[in-house]
Amino acid sequence: MVNLIVRRLLVSLPLVFIVSILTFVLLALTPGDPAIAILGPDAPPSSLAHLREQLGLQDPLYTRYWDWLTGAVHGDLGVSLFTGQQVTAALTQRLPVTLSLILGATLLTTTIGVGLGVLASLRHGASGRAIDVLSLLGLAIPNYWLALGLVAIFAVSWRLLPATGYVPLTESPGGWARTLALPVTVLAVAGISVLAKQTRNAMLDVLSSDFIMTLRARGVPERSIIFKHGLRNAAIPVVTIMGLQVVAMLSGTVIVESVFALPGLGNLAVQGTLQHDIPVVQGAAVCFTLIVILVNLLVDLAYGWLNPKARSA
Amino acid sequence: MTAGADTIIESVTSLEPPMQEPGFIRRLARRPLAVGSLAFLAIVALAAVLAPLVAPYAPNSLDLLHVLQGPSWAHPLGTDNLGRDMLSRVIYGGRVTLVGTAIGVGVALVVGVSAGLAAGYTGGRSDWIVTRLADMALAIPAIMILLVVLSVFGRDETIAMVSFGLIISPVVMRVIRGATLTVRDELFVDAARVSGLTGPQVIVRHILPRISGVVIVQASLLAASAVLVETGLGFLGLGVPPPTATWGGLVATASTYVQVQPWLLVPSGLIVALTVLAFGLLGDAVRDAATENWLGGPTQPHARPSLRTELHAPAPRTKEASEAHLLSVEDLVVAFPGPRRVVDGVSFDVKPGETLGLVGESGCGKSMTALALLRLLPGGGSVESGHCWLAGRDLIELSDADSRRVRGSEIGLVSQNAIASLDPVFTVGSQLGELVRLQQPHASRAEVRRRVLGLLEMVRLQNPAKLVQRYPHELSGGMAQRVAIAAALVGQPQLLIADEPTTALDVTVQAEILALLRSLQRQTRMAILLITHDWGIVADMCERAVVMYAGQVVEVASVDDLFHQPLHPYAEGLLLSNPRLGRARRHLAAIPGSVPPPEGWPAGCRFHPRCKYATAECQLTRIPLLEDPSGRLSRCIHSDRLRTKVLAG
Repeated sequence: MVNLIVRRLLVSLPLVFIVSILTFVLLALTPGDPAIAILGPDAPPSSLAHLREQLGLQDPLYTRYWDWLTGAVHGDLGVSLFTGQQVTAALTQRLPVTLSLILGATLLTTTIGVGLGVLASLRHGASGRAIDVLSLLGLAIPNYWLALGLVAIFAVSWRLLPATGYVPLTESPGGWARTLALPVTVLAVAGISVLAKQTRNAMLDVLSSDFIMTLRARGVPERSIIFKHGLRNAAIPVVTIMGLQVVAMLSGTVIVESVFALPGLGNLAVQGTLQHDIPVVQGAAVCFTLIVILVNLLVDLAYGWLNPKARSA
Repeated sequence: MTAGADTIIESVTSLEPPMQEPGFIRRLARRPLAVGSLAFLAIVALAAVLAPLVAPYAPNSLDLLHVLQGPSWAHPLGTDNLGRDMLSRVIYGGRVTLVGTAIGVGVALVVGVSAGLAAGYTGGRSDWIVTRLADMALAIPAIMILLVVLSVFGRDETIAMVSFGLIISPVVMRVIRGATLTVRDELFVDAARVSGLTGPQVIVRHILPRISGVVIVQASLLAASAVLVETGLGFLGLGVPPPTATWGGLVATASTYVQVQPWLLVPSGLIVALTVLAFGLLGDAVRDAATENWLGGPTQPHARPSLRTELHAPAPRTKEASEAHLLSVEDLVVAFPGPRRVVDGVSFDVKPGETLGLVGESGCGKSMTALALLRLLPGGGSVESGHCWLAGRDLIELSDADSRRVRGSEIGLVSQNAIASLDPVFTVGSQLGELVRLQQPHASRAEVRRRVLGLLEMVRLQNPAKLVQRYPHELSGGMAQRVAIAAALVGQPQLLIADEPTTALDVTVQAEILALLRSLQRQTRMAILLITHDWGIVADMCERAVVMYAGQVVEVASVDDLFHQPLHPYAEGLLLSNPRLGRARRHLAAIPGSVPPPEGWPAGCRFHPRCKYATAECQLTRIPLLEDPSGRLSRCIHSDRLRTKVLAG
């Protein structure tokens, strides 16, 4: 167990380096003066000089990266070029919003996706095709469009839920749930469609296996066959798919937080990109990567817990 | 970019490699969804190219008197906040998105396909690197890399889409590598190599054409994600800046006026959704069209055997007459859709406490007969007619709930692959415990545990207390089969169906399992229906044997009689070809050919094409199973010729 965690982290750590070093390499690759590229050709020379110093452009690439890295290890990811706020502070302030979104969407995706998949695996024909159509639609409908559609219906026409904004959980649990309801739904739709299809396929695979036939031959009731033996075995491939879905949701937060004006990491990254606020975007990218590594670790642990063969290997 | 885009990329990675085959275009053209998608994409692309000719207005011509209007004759898709015609903006916006998509897909394909081909063809170290790279690419959210790139270079559509192509190219690499690996070792590639072509020549002339189907599927699915990414960036304001019309930008504008004119959302988003859908459907259709042939296509219709009424010389079993037996099977017919009869009028009895062998090559219908008894025929199979009386009750007519109870307590099953017959994710103890609780619903934990340990001792497993904590994959084949036998005995059945119970085991373990079955039978007085193709096991275990061929019973006799003087040529052939049977060592006469599939059963005697005694008569009529004065049954009109021979003794 500890072994698995250590091994996994050793493999994932290079990812953090790759993502963090990218900014420095790109800056070095920018033709001409990056400061002009960022601030525009009309910027006053004093701001340009200030920016060059902030970005450390006078130092060689490896010195700059080393400085950033030593800072990062101590929790210092630099300062926003625009607000002057510590990047670490900005990230920690916004992390709860994104995590709330991800957790909510994960819960929704798992319950509905797995539920639909199991249902489809038990009924052949029409409902199987319905899942195929649903999964295609779930993938084809752009999430920003779905978000706006839901806003138009639930917030504008029916005035049931707020269109934008965020209320922290600590302030008002009801408000928190109401502000998250639509964004969580939007994030979950693609995941649900994928998970439903994969769960159905996994269930059909398991239900046609030898041991299920043998269990039936031993008089085990259908309820136990499907929900205990079938689902438990189907969960092994499904948990891997779920991990990929959570990573996809993380990408989705970038759009969803922008549409619903949620003060999360994705929104921060988009604002940072629009303003060329390189330290902020870089910090957000590293933070996203860490979340992905954490998700993959959790998937590995869940996989090992579900699959005794992986546990003993 | 969007969650959808990432999931499409994932589904791309799980593709089986379809290969392009002749007739592929024709098969694709038969799929309405594929044709429809292609037509839609062609119209969108043509409209974008010919925009100045087909668009009713210039994309940026303002009309401030008619802003935010719904659909009308003058503006079929309405107007935006500056009174610009939405239809024209959608048409012009296609230019931006399609060019961006083409850049992204092009980069991903050029990098991904060439690296995938190289890795798959050369293998080894470069192969390892590509695989790791692809793993990493999946672990980093592509959107963050795009944002990092854009934050440095500023909004630049070309750079964004080139980066997107690069970021997902390892995924393409992995799929192409997989396809290349499967083609690499095919004969014609070897031949090309031997004929002196260089590696790149072999790749371009022989491998690339073979995997072009995979490449098309990839391109199509990549295009779907690229459209989502391109429009997503446009929506966030990171794409081509206004006033240029872009699909993502149109949605962004619509979002600003969602309170005033929600209609704007419809044309702007629908065009994106339909385009993504068309690319996705096209990719699916290409894959299906390519794999259709890959999998051999729909099965050819075969000539059906003539089904004439069967003569039954032996007295048919009735419910009353069956009471002397534990199990009486009468004229059982099992069919699958097609229609294919896999069991065709099978009848036999099992007496209480006896061991009856059900013998024949695989594909003769032995296992299907057993599954019909258990009412567990696999998908689509059903009992067309016949009876199976177990202790006076017809198993075929039981309700589902009753037949489940019969399976739990009156019939036990031990199957061939013991490890596969146990649920891999539960321990031995938990699996046996569940079965015990089915029989004794009110038993306490301690009672269940005692019973489980007792069962494991009964099948003579060492150290049961430790064994209950093990998982199936931690057991040897012999141990797993003992656990499976214990599981079959939980309900103390009167009849144990053992379907090739030792085929997967070593010879020494086989002997132990057979000895265990014999001693359990002595203890419990249960009958065993032993399905096997091994005469050694029949000789060891059975009193009587039923020989099956092509869905029919061809001979029934006591094991002594059968080994001494088989009365059906198939039984004789099987006996003579069994190397383990010391008595038949004079010559190893294999039966030529193999059991035909149900579609291919010949008219007349089903065995005649493989039979050395066959005459013209054998092909003419269906041969009945006939009983001789001593009570032996044979389905052969030449059984008198066999009566003159003695195999052994």
